[in-house]
Amino acid sequence: MPVTEILTALVGGAVITMKIVVMALPLATLMAFTAGLMRISEHRSLRWLAVIYVEFFRGTSALIQLYWIYFVLPLFGLSIDAVTAGVAALGLNIGAYGSEVVRGGLLSVDKGQTEAAIALNFTPRQRLWRIILPQALVGMMPPFGNLAIELVKATSLVSLITIADLTYRAKSLADMTLQVEQIFGLVLVFYFLMAQALTLGIRALEKRLGKGMQRGGLS
Amino acid sequence: MSEFAIEFENVTKKFGDNVLFEDFNLQIRQNEVVSIIGSSGSGKSTLLRILMTLENIDGGKVLVNGEPLWHRLHNGIWLPADERHLHRMRGQLGMVFQHFNLFPHMTVLRNITEAPIYVLGQSRESARAQAHDLLRMVGLEDKAEAYPAELSGGQKQRVGIARALAMKPSILLLDEITSALDPELVDEVLEVIRKLAAEDAFTMILVTHEMYFAREISDRVCFFDAGKVVEEGPPERIFNQPEHERTRAFLSSFLKAPSSNT
Ligand SMILES: Nc1ncnc2c1ncn2[C@@H]1O[C@H](COP(=O)(O)OP(=O)(O)O)[C@@H](O)[C@H]1O
Ligand SMILES: [Mg+2]
Repeated sequence: MPVTEILTALVGGAVITMKIVVMALPLATLMAFTAGLMRISEHRSLRWLAVIYVEFFRGTSALIQLYWIYFVLPLFGLSIDAVTAGVAALGLNIGAYGSEVVRGGLLSVDKGQTEAAIALNFTPRQRLWRIILPQALVGMMPPFGNLAIELVKATSLVSLITIADLTYRAKSLADMTLQVEQIFGLVLVFYFLMAQALTLGIRALEKRLGKGMQRGGLS
Repeated sequence: MSEFAIEFENVTKKFGDNVLFEDFNLQIRQNEVVSIIGSSGSGKSTLLRILMTLENIDGGKVLVNGEPLWHRLHNGIWLPADERHLHRMRGQLGMVFQHFNLFPHMTVLRNITEAPIYVLGQSRESARAQAHDLLRMVGLEDKAEAYPAELSGGQKQRVGIARALAMKPSILLLDEITSALDPELVDEVLEVIRKLAAEDAFTMILVTHEMYFAREISDRVCFFDAGKVVEEGPPERIFNQPEHERTRAFLSSFLKAPSSNT
């Protein structure tokens, strides 16, 4: 098979992979912040709920989570299409790891910041949203970048629930043509480029969020 | 208005099993400038932190302008203060911190306007105008758009003072505000406090190791030791004729090694 044809087929798969990334990323972010904020809540029940979520999704295999959502939930009358299942499993899984980043980021902000915010009579909510979170976000960006790359790589799991993503197409093309070195070489490049694009995006975000801030020293 | 800006009545404060204050009493009159001196660990910061609602108390009462700070009256019984009560009480107090604690993600101007706008509900324009006035007062009108990281320690602390004043507190708490500064930057900060003290519009409690400064601006000096006011009085008397052995020892240790106690 000519390389251009292989390339076309792979680009089609890469688009599907990117779609899944683009949909799972907001879900992961939402879960990360929700569970991360719950972890530092004053309410014990909220903390516990978040711990259960995080430990469940970190402590079990992402593939089995995916199978559960796609194959087992329908047995309980909740059937969803493959893409939704893939997005849900990946978003929930990465979100669980992300919540640890959120929690750590929030706790890493100097106590003096909260104290200054109290002295200026900000409400607890204002302290979080106006003072603590904007500072914590900057430090969260590098680990978020790592998780985004994990997400890109983990999307290959959805090839196992009938989605024709990059990995799925590569595998079937390779089975068909036996041009394994070309196909898997191109696939490597595709995944690498997607990860790089995300990394660059998150770096830019980090720089913007960190405007004026500088590591070390008293402020 | 109450004759006293601040009253500690038989206050107890513990950290775990460690009792710092026991039956602690102190009264500060309206517009009085009080310096607190004493060795490290004697409870000076904790006193200010209790007033700023950063530390709770374990017993007794603290009154701010005649009203209990850490208690609220509910159907005739005193309950521990809730966030709403604390929010109401805090408006009377402002604090400047040893380590500045400016918000590093905001410009100097926003550091000063954020709370007036979002806590007091001032308009953006009036908050900005006020911030520029305050920056002029502390000699930093040209730094409005700078970030804290671009300022020297002395400049940061002057912003810290402006930020606290923007909330129009009647009581100003200053916790070793020059201790983290290089010696050559101390005076520019003290100059601002000197002006404020001369206005006689604030009740001020300053914890300080700058003895000459405490002597110059205070109406009263309190010497703290192990959670007790060992000796207090007009600065001339405390510095010239300390009555207690502990006070004498503390002051003479200062004469010998002025910087060893910061
Ligand atoms: N958050 C805290 N937890 C435990 N002990 C504390 C805490 N804050 C202060 N202390 C203790 O209380 C005492 C007084 O501290 P502090 O008020 O900071 O003294 P000063 O400001 O006079 O140096 C010290 O022994 C200190 O170790
Ligand atoms: Mg102290």
